[in-house]
Amino acid sequence: MSEDTVLSCTGLSKKFGGITATDNVSLKLQRGARHALIGPNGAGKTTLINLLTGMLTPTAGRIELLGVDISRLAPHQRVQRGLVRTFQINQLFDSLTPLQTLAMTVSQQLGLGASLWYHLGNDRRVADRCEQLLNQFHLSEVMDQPTTQLAYGKRRLLEMAIALACEPRVLLLDEPVAGVPAGEREELLQTVANLPADVSVLLIEHDMDLVFSFAKRMTVLVNGAVLTEGSPDEIAADPRVREVYLGHGEAHG
Amino acid sequence: MGDMLQLENVTAGYGEAVVLNQVSFSLAAGETLALLGRNGTGKTTLINTLAGTTRQHAGSITLNGVALHALASHARAAAGVGWVPQERNIFKSLTVLENLTAVARPGAWTPTRVFELFPRLAERQTNMGNQLSGGEQQMLAVGRALVLNPQVLLLDEPLEGLAPIIVEELLRAIRRVTRDEGMSAIIVEQHPQAILAISHQAVVLDQGRVIHQGDAAELLHQAELLDQLLGVKSHA
Repeated sequence: MSEDTVLSCTGLSKKFGGITATDNVSLKLQRGARHALIGPNGAGKTTLINLLTGMLTPTAGRIELLGVDISRLAPHQRVQRGLVRTFQINQLFDSLTPLQTLAMTVSQQLGLGASLWYHLGNDRRVADRCEQLLNQFHLSEVMDQPTTQLAYGKRRLLEMAIALACEPRVLLLDEPVAGVPAGEREELLQTVANLPADVSVLLIEHDMDLVFSFAKRMTVLVNGAVLTEGSPDEIAADPRVREVYLGHGEAHG
Repeated sequence: MGDMLQLENVTAGYGEAVVLNQVSFSLAAGETLALLGRNGTGKTTLINTLAGTTRQHAGSITLNGVALHALASHARAAAGVGWVPQERNIFKSLTVLENLTAVARPGAWTPTRVFELFPRLAERQTNMGNQLSGGEQQMLAVGRALVLNPQVLLLDEPLEGLAPIIVEELLRAIRRVTRDEGMSAIIVEQHPQAILAISHQAVVLDQGRVIHQGDAAELLHQAELLDQLLGVKSHA
């Protein structure tokens, strides 16, 4: 593995009975990558994320993070090593506020999670990091509202803030702007664009405006297998990709 | 052509809470209406009210003269309302084909035709609902509403999570069923351009009230007004 490769998978496959959801996929993410994973519905994009993060066990193949084989680690162990994801459908603590959620995540990250009888609010490091994240993700004005009452776009931002609070080396974003109303979209797009430069990002998204403005490199997945990989220009010009995925550009936007 | 669907001063919400306030508009057979508005302005509540899953406090909803507001949700489906909810709500323990045949009613749309529209579903027809990807579930939710052969189709964010090429297909299909087959449609979408381009009317909600009502094509070309109504730069 080259020094710059942060995350890689080799010959990754996953079968569900007779269905091959992931078919011998090999992929490399470089340090600071802005990499998009696109493909038709049912191509296996989310399954690949689930394999990389340990939510599914591969039938075959190997996954390395920073040169270490993590194929057999549990999801939380992968998070501890810096492999963090967001979900297509928000997975949030609805009864907590954004501040409480982030304080809990940051505390865990700082190793304070197991300290019983400890007032987390007293720790300056927790407070500072929370404030920074709330600002960065445009959540300051709603930090004390129960998460369940937040507008959908804010919930998406919180999902991403939690991921960032885990101090990722690699961030896997599964359709971060899906379902976000036009009014809240811009905020989210800017936030995605402003993610820390040293964090490698793998983005799944059907919003081609976002994908093509964000990605420096793209992989196209079809029927669980890699159809092609290249620069956004190469992908946009590839007739096979237009045929199976992009169409002719009348509708997406 | 007379109006097929009519809403008059509809006030509705959840329990005692009022979300929609005196909403009125009408839709002719074969017409498509783009229902727009910022988040939390009542779009989904309006769709749910037409489908009969909210509490209607006042006003009337009629479909071809039938008082829908007096009917339970399942009776509205029988009266010609097809609903694609935002959460998709497909039957996870049924196969793709069973999801379609369980609800199909006589008419132009059959499971076979749905499979022509979404070839991916044809490949998945023996898979259970819980074995589908997010986008495949979305296709199935739309297909299931179509095989009801409704008079009015309620689509709550039908394009969400779909690949661009499928979005094109679906928009073409909606245009075809409304223009050629006389089905009406009310569509809630986060991409106003895509939907306005295939709609006749546009209704914009804010705080549960109608703040704009007019021709969809006109609104499509008034970028500033659209930005103002939706509170954003919505043009690509």
